[in-house]
Amino acid sequence: MIRFLVTKIALLIPTFVGVTLLTFAMIRLIPGDPILLLAGERGIDPDRYAELRTQYGFDKPLLIQYGNYIVDVLQGDLGRSIVTKKPVLTEFLTLFPATIELSLCAMIFAVLVGLPVGIIAGVRRGTIWDHSVMGVSLTGYSMPIFWWGLLLIILFSVNLGWTPVSGRISLLYYFDSVTGFMLIDSLLSGQEGAFRSAVSHLILPSIVLGTIPLAVIARMTRSSMLEVLNEDYVRTARAKGLPPVRVIGLHALRNALIPVVTVIGLQVGVLLAGAILTETIFSWPGIGKWLIESVHRRDYPALQGGILLVAIVVMLVNLSVDLLYGLINPRIRHRR
Amino acid sequence: MATEVNTPEFRAVPASAPAGPWREFWSSFAENKGAVAGLATIVIVALVAIFADLIAPYSPIAQFRDSFLVPPFWAEGGSTRFLLGTDDVGRDLLSRLIYGARYSLLIGCIVVTLSLAAGILLGLVAGFFRGITEDLIMRAMDIMLALPALLLAIVIVAILGPSLTNAIMAVAIVVLPHYVRLTRAAVISEITKEYVTASRVSGAGLLRLMFSTVLPNCMAPLIVQATLGFSTAILDAAALGFLGLGAQPPTPEWGSMLAKAREFIQSAWWVVTFPGLAILITVLAFNLAGDGLRDALDPKLKR
Repeated sequence: MIRFLVTKIALLIPTFVGVTLLTFAMIRLIPGDPILLLAGERGIDPDRYAELRTQYGFDKPLLIQYGNYIVDVLQGDLGRSIVTKKPVLTEFLTLFPATIELSLCAMIFAVLVGLPVGIIAGVRRGTIWDHSVMGVSLTGYSMPIFWWGLLLIILFSVNLGWTPVSGRISLLYYFDSVTGFMLIDSLLSGQEGAFRSAVSHLILPSIVLGTIPLAVIARMTRSSMLEVLNEDYVRTARAKGLPPVRVIGLHALRNALIPVVTVIGLQVGVLLAGAILTETIFSWPGIGKWLIESVHRRDYPALQGGILLVAIVVMLVNLSVDLLYGLINPRIRHRR
Repeated sequence: MATEVNTPEFRAVPASAPAGPWREFWSSFAENKGAVAGLATIVIVALVAIFADLIAPYSPIAQFRDSFLVPPFWAEGGSTRFLLGTDDVGRDLLSRLIYGARYSLLIGCIVVTLSLAAGILLGLVAGFFRGITEDLIMRAMDIMLALPALLLAIVIVAILGPSLTNAIMAVAIVVLPHYVRLTRAAVISEITKEYVTASRVSGAGLLRLMFSTVLPNCMAPLIVQATLGFSTAILDAAALGFLGLGAQPPTPEWGSMLAKAREFIQSAWWVVTFPGLAILITVLAFNLAGDGLRDALDPKLKR
């Protein structure tokens, strides 16, 4: 296990170096002088320009610039946003809980609906249940989620008035952020109705963001279930007269879940990409919306730092999924 | 293809000639009703795109100053002059959707061609040359996969600047790793087989081995991935368009038609609904056809 762990972590290093190369190159590939960009539209006098060039190290050879960049990154210094002048890391950490909260709720929704639906489709193979589950999940998989979000807003927010259109909580409530997670903070604040409001703001975005993972999980559960139901041990369990619920729930499901767990882990990248669109539609103050705004505002330091941090998050999550999988399945662990 | 399985079934018509590979493929593809429906939809969308000039009632950028935000003909206030209504500057939605089909299919074609060609080349090189070349290529692909696809596409567009061409480039680069990995895996499993050794021993050169001996036997998974790649390409390019990073107005690309749609969720549902529906139908059609292709081309997955 230790060796498995060490190999997995060692494999991350080249990827990390690669991603930093990408973000380092990005700021230099973007057309326009980065210092003129910093100076804004007013322009800058030549002396100050030279001074800034030295200050930011743009006069040094590229290799040394990259070395300095890596040292800064490892110390947690990702530069400052051009627009807010705040450190990029601070901005990221303030906004990240909102994205985690949304992604977690989306994932819970996807698993809670996707798993049972996939099991039903697998067990009742070839029936109308199976066909409708497969049809709906393929539709979900093909969904342009930015449009799906707008449709749900038209239906539930505009026409029925059930849920709010945007934001994380109603403007009626104000309290200081303790954890950054609105659901917890609203409970801690003790204000009546605050938690309700936070939940109602979460429902639509979670459904929208969870749609594609839900479709993937349902399809994966079904095919994994079909495979397991053909195994000898399931036949044995049936033959010795166990009730079907026990056969499916205990014998089949446990083994069918292994690939499903991996697929769930792999959805994290999908969630973060989807968060960009979902947060834009629902004005959800998270990482995705911030990144897109950085692109539009040409706030390249923020974009550069944000991209690197998102990549690190995805890498760490993938690592944990790998380790978890190695823990469940010894065959993976011992394979070189 | 050498994947034909001889099942010990008794033949109903023993004397007839065996079905050709195309016939066999088609009969197996046609069994899947969803796949046929998907294919039919693709054909219709393609015809609409080709004959857009003939079908569309108006130009996609013609503005009718007297008709802003006219609802579709069946809704109150709508007229048959604009079947699906007009947008906020008085352009006929139906015409824009019809011309939009061109953009979506074009995006799909270019992205799939570019990424498939580059992916096959890199995958073949990685599979044939192993060692450090393979490591370099596969590590690079891992790095690209470390970022969520849409995010990487956004980075590329931020570097190149927002436009339809750059969005297509970005999406093509982002989906590249899938083709490289597939090709390499297929090459590695094929390369040890006897027919490759035989060809090598009888003096086939490297290029001949790569492209005419091994590659044709790796095509099945690539064809499936390419079909499904159409849907990814259309979806991602539409997402970029929606974010204002893809096709720029007044291009009638379906995704960018939705970029301003949020303003109309209260007032004009048709401006929001139809472009997205067009994307969904097209993407779904490619996914259905792709699934059908996979079942037809991969006998192992057959029922």
